[in-house]
Amino acid sequence: MKKHDKMKLEIESKSINEGFARAAVAAFAARLDPSLEELGDIKTAVSEAVTNCIVHAYPDSIGLVQINCRVFEDYIEIKIRDYGRGIADIARAREPMYTTGGSDRSGMGFTVMESFMDELRVRSREGIGTTVTMQKRIKPRK
Amino acid sequence: MDYRIDETTAIVAIGGELDHHSLRETSMAVNRIIDTYLPKTLVLDMGGVRFMDSSGLALVIGGSRKMSELNGRVIIRNVPPQPMKVLNAAGISRFVTIEHTGKVV
Repeated sequence: MKKHDKMKLEIESKSINEGFARAAVAAFAARLDPSLEELGDIKTAVSEAVTNCIVHAYPDSIGLVQINCRVFEDYIEIKIRDYGRGIADIARAREPMYTTGGSDRSGMGFTVMESFMDELRVRSREGIGTTVTMQKRIKPRK
Repeated sequence: MDYRIDETTAIVAIGGELDHHSLRETSMAVNRIIDTYLPKTLVLDMGGVRFMDSSGLALVIGGSRKMSELNGRVIIRNVPPQPMKVLNAAGISRFVTIEHTGKVV
C-alpha cells in the first residue's frame, strides 16, 4: 500500500453533488482501513463543508467547489475550497446554532465538522472565497 | 413517505440519506402530516436512515418546534449510530425524547 497519495475533485455547487462528494472522499479514504464510525465521521464532515459551499458561498448562482484530499500513513487531510461570497465573521459562523441560512439550516455545520474531525481550519476572504481544511486520524487496526 | 396514525400519535418512517439535498422534500412531507392530523405526539422512526448530516438536525428541531406550538411533542426512535452521533453533537435530547427501541412502522 502506498503511504502517501492524493486525489482532486472538482464539482459544481449543486445539491445533488453533496452525496457524490462524500461518497467519493469515503472511497478514497478506504485505503486507510477506517472503522465504520471513522468513515461516517469523514462523510459527515465533507457533507457539511460541501453544503456550506452550496448554501452560503454561492447562494444565488452555481460555482466551483474543489476538494483536495491527501492520505498519509495514519491520517487524511481534506481541503474544500470555493470561490464564492466568503465568510464575514468566521468566529461567529463557527458558533453552535448560529446560521444565516434560515429555519432550514441548524447552524451546526462547523460544530459537527469540529467534533467529528481532529483538526479544522477555516480561511476566508469576503468576495474571494473560503477554504476549509480538516484532518482525521485513522486509528490502526489489528 | 410511510406513516401511520394511531389515535393522537403520528408515526413517520424516515429513510435514505438525509442531507440538504433531500431535506426540503422530507420536511415538507412531515409538515403535511402534522398539519393534516394535528397529532399530540410525532414519532420519527429513523431506522431507515443510511446517512444524516446537520440537515437532519434541522428536520428534527423544526419538527419539535412545530409540535410544541401544538402543545405536542416529538419522539425519535430506532436511530442508527451515524445519525445518533450527529444528533448528540447538537445535544438533541434537549429538544426531543429518544427511544432506543421500538416498533418499526
